[in-house]
Amino acid sequence: MTHDQDSGANQALSGRRAFLGLAAAGVGGVLIAPGIHLMEVAQASALGAAPVGANARRRWGLLIDTTKCASGCNDCVGACNAENGLATPTRPTDAQWIRKVEIKSVSTGRAQSLPVMCQHCAQPPCVDVCPTGASFKRADGIVLVDRHSCIGCRYCVMACPYQARSFVHEPLTAQKPEVPRGKGCVEGCTLCVHRIDGGGQPACVEACASAGHHAMLFGDLNDADSEISRRVREVASRTLRPDLKLDPGVRYQGLA
Amino acid sequence: MDGRRRTLLRRVAAGLACAWVASTAIAQAADASRVPKPVIEPARGQACVADPAFMRRNHMQLLKHQRDETVHLGVRDARASLKGCIECHASSSSGSVAQAPGDFCVSCHSFAAVKIDCFECHASRPSSATQPPGHPKTGTGMARPQGALRLPLVVGTR
Repeated sequence: MTHDQDSGANQALSGRRAFLGLAAAGVGGVLIAPGIHLMEVAQASALGAAPVGANARRRWGLLIDTTKCASGCNDCVGACNAENGLATPTRPTDAQWIRKVEIKSVSTGRAQSLPVMCQHCAQPPCVDVCPTGASFKRADGIVLVDRHSCIGCRYCVMACPYQARSFVHEPLTAQKPEVPRGKGCVEGCTLCVHRIDGGGQPACVEACASAGHHAMLFGDLNDADSEISRRVREVASRTLRPDLKLDPGVRYQGLA
Repeated sequence: MDGRRRTLLRRVAAGLACAWVASTAIAQAADASRVPKPVIEPARGQACVADPAFMRRNHMQLLKHQRDETVHLGVRDARASLKGCIECHASSSSGSVAQAPGDFCVSCHSFAAVKIDCFECHASRPSSATQPPGHPKTGTGMARPQGALRLPLVVGTR
């Protein structure tokens, strides 16, 4: 009697197992539809349908058309200063997040003008050298300084090959609520992260477009359908100091 | 003997009266102390993100948690953002939470003798009141001499 009962229970169990196995296979088959891998499903569920803030599937970048960038035009620099509450720099030690660089080929004599800011490298040397972890790269590729942990050692200033970082030497007043800045910290271009988180674009890009130059293009380099991805696919562009293999998020068009 | 007892009683009564007067005086002095009590100006907005007793003890934890979320994960305008605190608690007279001695953050922190350095970097006023007079709103175009102050950049070979 007991043996019969046991065998019955075993049969029921094996039936249940078979059902569970089939169910699992069915679910797996549905999930791994053509083009969808389990990895992507996991990532999508972790990030949610409408992710807030930094999204690891994005890589924000800039494409700067140097053929449209006029020598002497400082619209982007002025817009950056106004947006982030920076004073117009008068000394080499003053904070400067974006600057215009004029270059001239020695052999051909061709002069060019281009804005240079933090290049938002995929392999940022400033992050590598930071002793406190204050210099970091956000999930969406924006390289930032967490001023709460910055001790002002300026190692990152030395490490950056683009001279994109500044140190604040003196006490500041009248900061912008979106852009806290203070004495004793290193800072640099944030790609106007406060605007990007709100769905906007950097102040320099906006100013360049509103002045009618359209020399700067901002967008998601990971999104194949974005304007910036289309442009970098179609036209020749380059990064600054490609020999360093830092994979910057800022690219330049027409720069030779 | 009676006379002695009476004088003793009188002295004890006088002593007790003096002690009572002194104790009430001390109590009054404690009420109207030289130490300024925190002045809590009524905030704008409907209600705080948590009840006042919880906020008094834990606002720093909420702010510290939120600051990491904002800086590293880009979560902005969240429930416990410092910007949100300032929007509601900025003084109607000074327009700030940390400028005048009676402003919201400063009045309590000076009473508790806890130094805060939030406002060395963060604006202590809501966004509407931050633009100081004469602050440039937009770029001045080509006129401003603000090009490269750094050393010339090595663009490098392709």
